[in-house]
Amino acid sequence: MVSFKALLLRDLRLAFRQGGDGAMAVIFFVLAALLFPFGLGPEPEALARDAVGIVWVMALLASLLALDRLFQGDWEDGSLDLMALSPLPLELVVLAKALGHWLVSGLPLLIAAPIVASMLQFDASGLPRLVAALALGTPTLSLLGAVGAALTLGARRAAVLVSLLVLPLEIPLLIFGVAAADPAATGDGSTQFMVLGALLALALPLCPWAAAAALRQALD
Amino acid sequence: MGLRGSMHRFANPARFMRVSQIVLPWLATVTVLFLAAGLVLSFLAPPDYQQGESVRIMFVHVPAAWMAMCAYTSLALASAAALIWRHPLAEIAAEETAPLGATFTGLCLVSGSLWGQPMWGTWWAWDARMTSVLVLFFLYLGYMALLNAFDDPTRGRRAAAILALVGFVNVPIIKFSVEWWNTLHQPASVLRMGGPTIDPSILWPLLVMAVAFTLLFVTLLVIRMRAALIERKIRVLDAAASGALG
Repeated sequence: MVSFKALLLRDLRLAFRQGGDGAMAVIFFVLAALLFPFGLGPEPEALARDAVGIVWVMALLASLLALDRLFQGDWEDGSLDLMALSPLPLELVVLAKALGHWLVSGLPLLIAAPIVASMLQFDASGLPRLVAALALGTPTLSLLGAVGAALTLGARRAAVLVSLLVLPLEIPLLIFGVAAADPAATGDGSTQFMVLGALLALALPLCPWAAAAALRQALD
Repeated sequence: MGLRGSMHRFANPARFMRVSQIVLPWLATVTVLFLAAGLVLSFLAPPDYQQGESVRIMFVHVPAAWMAMCAYTSLALASAAALIWRHPLAEIAAEETAPLGATFTGLCLVSGSLWGQPMWGTWWAWDARMTSVLVLFFLYLGYMALLNAFDDPTRGRRAAAILALVGFVNVPIIKFSVEWWNTLHQPASVLRMGGPTIDPSILWPLLVMAVAFTLLFVTLLVIRMRAALIERKIRVLDAAASGALG
């Protein structure tokens, strides 16, 4: 537990001191979402109807930005070998890394999302549900992303490749995330929230396992 | 012995080359016969009362869709065998299955689109089954991209094998969520409780074509695996020759 915390704090410190990935993800998220009014036209009704979808798709894309650096730096300078040799299981190393990724590039989205959604004329009464759905869905994005990052470690054009691998796997999250937050849908969205929770509960043990297996192949 | 023994017996590439050399001509002949019979039956089948002549597209579309899923299942099984037992033939089988599966998936998408234009009045609809086949197509593409993304081919093969298993776990989830999202495609009508709802005049050509497609898949897979084994051998000989010269 101590080494898990140390690893997490190290990653966070690195992210803040180098300052880049997290801020970049939020700026990309806001900027890309604000391209939609130019593309779709400024009619409030149209924007309000599509706001949830725009926010979710952009959250998906923003979570990809920092992925190729998730293990790359540690792999290049050898720290990853030391982490693999440490008593902390590699699965927990992956979990710490994924948690760090989420804290840096997922959590800020929860703060930016209501602002972006409001600018897209989304009704304020729906905002808590949107944020709750993102809070439940974005950790799964980071976990799936960790698998993609581990698989493409050392590959040519890893940054592009990782999106090609991860995006199809994230479609269920997009479907249920949008449905959970959509005020036009019938019901209170509790079914969709439960499915989002179930996906997170599945990803939590399985993704670190798969990613650790991939890292072992890379370190062989 | 038992499972382990038999696994090792089949893991021998030299034995595979020997056995496949004998089996391949027979396999190819049976495939051609079934394919010819299937095509003839497809054109002899009466036109559908609603769909007219375009129902014949189904004789390619439905078997292609079955093979798309079947190939992904064999890809995942071969990948698991390659990861667990370091089975050299399973590794090659997985690698060579992917392009075949992607082709069947592409064929399914294209034939469905050609059928959809006269029947539904649109080339593409965001219906659940079509969308999940499209996602399957991207999973195949991702597998092949990852396979070729490394300078060290062994690393690419292992990473791709893990990806195949991750994808295999995800396919039912994707299928379920997409189905929940939207449904327009007709429900399953051959493999269902209470027997098929298709008229025998259409069902028979369909089943013959399904057998023909399966045989075609196996034949092409054996040919590809043989080619891959020979290619590896050449590469080893090349390396040895250049080593001896240098």
